[in-house]
Amino acid sequence: MTTTRLPAVPPNPAPSSPAPSSRRASAPAAPGKPRRRRHLREQLSGWAMIAPATVLLLAFVFLPAILGFGLAFTNARLVSPRPIEFVGTDNFVRMFTDPTFWRSLLNVSYFALVVVPVQSGLALVMALLINKKFRGVNFFRTLYFLPVVTSIVVVSLLWLFMYRKDGLINEFLSNVSFGLIQGPDWLNDPATAMPAIIALSIWQAAGFHMIIWLAGLQSISGELYEAAQLDGASPWHQFRYVTWPGLRHTRTLILVTITIQALGLFDQVNVMTQGGPLDSTTTIIYEAVRSGFKQQETSYASAISLVFFVLVLLISAVQRYLTREKD
Amino acid sequence: MKNALNSRAVGSAGTMAVRILFAAAAAFPIVFMLVSSLKTDQQIFGDMSSIAAFLPIGNISFDNYGAVFDRVPAARFLMNSIGISAITVVLGIFVNSLCAFALSRMEVRGKRIVFTAILATLIVPFQTLALPLVWWVNQLPYFELNGFSLEFSKGWLDTYQVQIIPFIANAFSIYLYHQYFESIPKELDEAARIDGAGWFKIYRQVVMPLAGPATATVAILTFLPAWNSYLWPLMVVQSEELRPVMIGIQYFFQLNVSWGEVMAYASLITVPVVILFIAFQRSFINSIASSGVKG
Repeated sequence: MTTTRLPAVPPNPAPSSPAPSSRRASAPAAPGKPRRRRHLREQLSGWAMIAPATVLLLAFVFLPAILGFGLAFTNARLVSPRPIEFVGTDNFVRMFTDPTFWRSLLNVSYFALVVVPVQSGLALVMALLINKKFRGVNFFRTLYFLPVVTSIVVVSLLWLFMYRKDGLINEFLSNVSFGLIQGPDWLNDPATAMPAIIALSIWQAAGFHMIIWLAGLQSISGELYEAAQLDGASPWHQFRYVTWPGLRHTRTLILVTITIQALGLFDQVNVMTQGGPLDSTTTIIYEAVRSGFKQQETSYASAISLVFFVLVLLISAVQRYLTREKD
Repeated sequence: MKNALNSRAVGSAGTMAVRILFAAAAAFPIVFMLVSSLKTDQQIFGDMSSIAAFLPIGNISFDNYGAVFDRVPAARFLMNSIGISAITVVLGIFVNSLCAFALSRMEVRGKRIVFTAILATLIVPFQTLALPLVWWVNQLPYFELNGFSLEFSKGWLDTYQVQIIPFIANAFSIYLYHQYFESIPKELDEAARIDGAGWFKIYRQVVMPLAGPATATVAILTFLPAWNSYLWPLMVVQSEELRPVMIGIQYFFQLNVSWGEVMAYASLITVPVVILFIAFQRSFINSIASSGVKG
């Protein structure tokens, strides 16, 4: 194999051309020649087709990722006349001694700890509700999925309005409790702001994970259910001993995707609370944007992004570990 | 026996009730948004404590929609978002399918390493890249043909291309196309080659016409984030005339807030996507299900 001659990512078609031509020299002349030429042309056109996407990925994914890693150890600013200087681990020292950063970690952990079980649970209930064919199944599936195609920015705006002190949520609570419950000013109270954001996030994203649960449910063989019914298993027992074990892989997948999404919480916070009140809703990404964009401190923001990336990698590693046994 | 039937009937009625409860929970904010967009602020707050909040009754008009176009350059924002999404989708389909075609169906040396490197980028969430990327696009050069002179400028901030070019190539789109191309028999290529077709012709006339479902999935998965993009344009676009729809929302919170207008604008930028979703429901759901698998 000559693969070692190529860098991990192709710069251009050039490196592949010498190999076929040198081989052509030693090849028997008559029958081989047209095929070899055809082979060279295939290499060239192949690289020409691969190049646009790989060049773009290099420029806008690989390079920024490497840059982000490098910039985290400098004093780079978004716009600055001064040259960039290496500052070692200054940004990390600053980050780990900043109470706001720890608060943001705490907030996303709180968010994830509630959202992961509640959202995946509700999504599973929704999937079970529409798993069997019945009249109107399409109607329900469409409605359950509707929040997912609605932009999270619009959703945040809408709930911002509903969460007002005199908004829809409080009016509803007051109506169903015959005036007993006077709801709080949800987003302006440090105790209720995060729960409010949690509720709308679950509302928006549950339909997404319902679809993934559904795909898992439909991969379970119907024969298993028939056999269970013959043995007189109750619906609960069928769920417990057929459905639940059959969803093992789906389960891990859903837990990991929800956790990663939860750690990346940003849009809702930016539209609804700007991290407040009293930092009670600030998040890792919100802090990265606040420092990198609003205060133009690219270097510090890169350090925060790096910590976020390490967390995502850790969770992916946990997923690998959890799905390892059977594969 | 009769008891069992009864309990089953009760059970299925109960299930249906739960289904309806979930449906109501999923739909009520959206119904509230659409209905409120037709009312005056006074009426919205008046109706808030009763079911009337969800019913288009009382003094109904499209005045808020007219006011939206007066208050913000809504038409401009819509055109920007339509243009940015359309170009990203079309170029994304082309560039990614072309790459996947060569990786899947051609003998190209080193393609396995390239494909592995492409898939490796899937683990990097956009939020990790976003801030270094802002700095990076601000360093990039750009050439513009102005009449006959080539003008050179530094920095992509505050342009259209900064909202398009970084999002054209997408590892997941390449992966989806690759999967799909693998399922199309390679004998078709052989046959076309014997007829004298070049590789690009095979791509365009043999393989792509068969890859409709993959193209639908890639189109939807490119369109939704492009239309909904918020964090990125928030950071890289300052000029009003370059802004996409989601950024337009900020305008409604300057000076006095008219919630009727906010709801009208929110409906305006949501309804087109909802219509697309209902029209192509199966494709939407399949696409988004496949995007969950990348984890």
